[in-house]
Amino acid sequence: MTVTSGVAASRRIFRRGAAFRDAGPPVALVVLFLIFAALSPQFRSIENVQNIVDAAAVLAVVTCGITFVLMMGSIDLSAAGVMGASALTVSLLVANNRNDNDFGLAGIAVAVVLGCAFGCLSGLALVLLKVPSFMATLGVSAIGLGVATLMFAGVQPNITDAMLKSWAIERFLGLSYLTWIAAACILVGWLIQRYTRLGRYAFAIGGAEEVLTLSGVKVKPYKVAVFALAGAFYGLGGVMVTSQLGAGLVQAGNGYDFSAITAAVVGGTLLTGGRGGILHSAVGVVLVMVLTNGLVQVGVSPYWQGGVEGLIVVAAVAAAVIPQRRRNQVVK
Amino acid sequence: MSVPAEREPTTSAPVPALEVRGLVKHYPGVKALDGVDLVVHQHEVLGLAGENGAGKSTLLKALVGLVTPDAGEIYVRGGAVKLRSVVDAADHGIGMVFQEQSLVPNLTAAENILLGGEGPAVRRGVYRWDVMRRLAQEQLDKIGSKIDPLARTDSLSFADRQMVEIAKVLRIEQRSQHPPVIILDEPTSVLESKEIETLFAQIRRLREFASVVFVSHRLDEVLDVCDRVTVLRSGQSVGEVATAGAVPRELHRMMIGSTGSDDHYHENAATPVAAEQPRLSVRGLSGKSFQDIDLDVAAGEIVAIVGVHGSGREDVCRALFGIEPTTAGEIRMDGKKLSLPNTRAACAAGIGYVPAERKIEGMVGPMSVAENMTLTKQKARCAGPFVAPKKQAGLVDRWIERLSIRTPGRDTPIQRLSGGNQQKVVLARWLVGGDIRLLLLDHPTRGLDIGARSEVYRLMRELAASGVATVLLGDSLEEAIGMADRILVMNDGRVVTEVACPNGGKPSPLDLVKEMV
Repeated sequence: MTVTSGVAASRRIFRRGAAFRDAGPPVALVVLFLIFAALSPQFRSIENVQNIVDAAAVLAVVTCGITFVLMMGSIDLSAAGVMGASALTVSLLVANNRNDNDFGLAGIAVAVVLGCAFGCLSGLALVLLKVPSFMATLGVSAIGLGVATLMFAGVQPNITDAMLKSWAIERFLGLSYLTWIAAACILVGWLIQRYTRLGRYAFAIGGAEEVLTLSGVKVKPYKVAVFALAGAFYGLGGVMVTSQLGAGLVQAGNGYDFSAITAAVVGGTLLTGGRGGILHSAVGVVLVMVLTNGLVQVGVSPYWQGGVEGLIVVAAVAAAVIPQRRRNQVVK
Repeated sequence: MSVPAEREPTTSAPVPALEVRGLVKHYPGVKALDGVDLVVHQHEVLGLAGENGAGKSTLLKALVGLVTPDAGEIYVRGGAVKLRSVVDAADHGIGMVFQEQSLVPNLTAAENILLGGEGPAVRRGVYRWDVMRRLAQEQLDKIGSKIDPLARTDSLSFADRQMVEIAKVLRIEQRSQHPPVIILDEPTSVLESKEIETLFAQIRRLREFASVVFVSHRLDEVLDVCDRVTVLRSGQSVGEVATAGAVPRELHRMMIGSTGSDDHYHENAATPVAAEQPRLSVRGLSGKSFQDIDLDVAAGEIVAIVGVHGSGREDVCRALFGIEPTTAGEIRMDGKKLSLPNTRAACAAGIGYVPAERKIEGMVGPMSVAENMTLTKQKARCAGPFVAPKKQAGLVDRWIERLSIRTPGRDTPIQRLSGGNQQKVVLARWLVGGDIRLLLLDHPTRGLDIGARSEVYRLMRELAASGVATVLLGDSLEEAIGMADRILVMNDGRVVTEVACPNGGKPSPLDLVKEMV
């Protein structure tokens, strides 16, 4: 009985509040999908929809991580570097053509833990050295890329591990294993956000940090933990890219940092923190993927993609801050 | 169970729930608390009254561990305590409902109530929402509130949020195992009159099991809900009155004290104002927090607007500088109609504004005296698009000398100057252009010591003598009375009365306070 009341109770929390604001991204997703479907028969084919979802897998995992950081009102630019380091780590620990290692799942776990450690580093730099998260994570990204380059050492490690390779190839119910991993990550992220102190406090820090301090909550450990959690997601993202490429590359995470922020913001997570969440971000990821795929399907040159993505993120942030602009605030 | 004597009062006079003796707190240039004494009895609602700057908020902060006093003692139920943090204070059973609402808006009411002390509602970092709701419900039941504990806080009305805050603060009961002392800092400022009634009923309920310290600018409220009132003035407790049978006039007098007789305000330098066409003429000005304001200021005249926190006077002042939007009314300068969509238009019309928050709004700390002084009137220091160093230096040095600004040089960062000299630079910013016609001074002497205040007053007199019209929002009532030629009293967004204030015929503060509260 207590279980059901607990679930019913928690469901009620999220039903309240600004329904209109939260409905925006899903509605946009549906509208966008219908427009592309009407314009291009190719777009609405089952194969293409599978493609879109499969292509979203890595971005979804990375976005899960970054969402917690954004919810807290910080920013994380370390994804690319952390993913590169994790990609090289995993490719050198599972069966590969550079050494005799064959640690399998344990190797994957090490890569995820490494990501977690990088996240810790960002978090500690933020709370102990008072380096702004923007700069701390940018630095950690460079460190990650440096570590990856050292491990790369001029010779690309190609993986021969059958299990890791199968992740990108094998399908279950029409979707690749990687997609199912991403779905599991979204579920885990959602549970953390809704049912753990870490998730709720991350949300609260973004809402009103001083209130937490005034209530006797020690905020710093939670900040570090949030960055560590995000780092673990990036680590897994690096592993997933390695599975897709069949090789460990320093550039494994190229572009994911920006794309993940785009997806989170488009999904309705505020850069100032305190609003949004994992499910918002999941919608944002699909929205971004539908847009990029759809533009290609209706004949727009893929060379436009980068610019369009940039345009979207600026537009989305502008739309989110319009209600606040009236207040006589300086935005730096 | 075997210590029956512990709870029984052993003497005829029970130990006070909270006692403060000789509390002192210095800030640079200001003595915020100057030996305050305070007693809060058990199951009593104590009112705390005093003008702006009397030391109320510093005292409250000291009571919840946000400010460490320089000297003096705080006793809780007879034992001396040192309060180093809000948590410390909570452990001793002292909790405060802060003036600016201190709830996390994007969490549920239940989470806010239990914040930092979730106990069994969070096990190993995992939330148990059903337990959380039950615990929060228990707190809300104590105050008889019907709020849904799982409602998001930002979806609640201000009145309901206040109930959540009270429910939250009552959690300290569990921590200290004693009847708590609940401090309410200006709890009525955001409430409608009906909501205030509910709050007062709540406060009377709290008295059953707690002691309450109630702070309000509004004397009628204090007299309505409190058992006793302690009056603060200039960081000292100047009186204690039982509210039963208290005379408001008596309390007003205590809040104000006697005005000094020395010519602190340079009243002899006041120049008679010629009754001609007013320099500034405002008719029917309305905005979000003020309605139907009429205001005339002649050249050379100083008009003060007085009113308590929330009277809307600051917003009127900001509206005249194009910061606060207006919905109706017109503003005329020397007969010419003005529209002030932004501060640039106001500057162009010859209006200058000295903001209340000097360090945040008034100056750019790391920039030099020269740059701060010429910030607005760029033309005065430039040749074409370029800064002309010699022109700037000459101009700035002239004003440093004229206003006797004490600075090592014009290139010194303004943040290294004393408050009074900083304020003179901020004032000079409006003078360097030579086209100033109306000055809006929002608490121009805030945070300044007596000497610096006096210099700012002298400057105001000189400017008035040179024909500048001035609107003054004084830091204190005496300041307004001392400086102004005329005083407008604002209450709840309206001008309730206008009092002539000529040299030699100054009104008594008492008459003004009556209209203000």
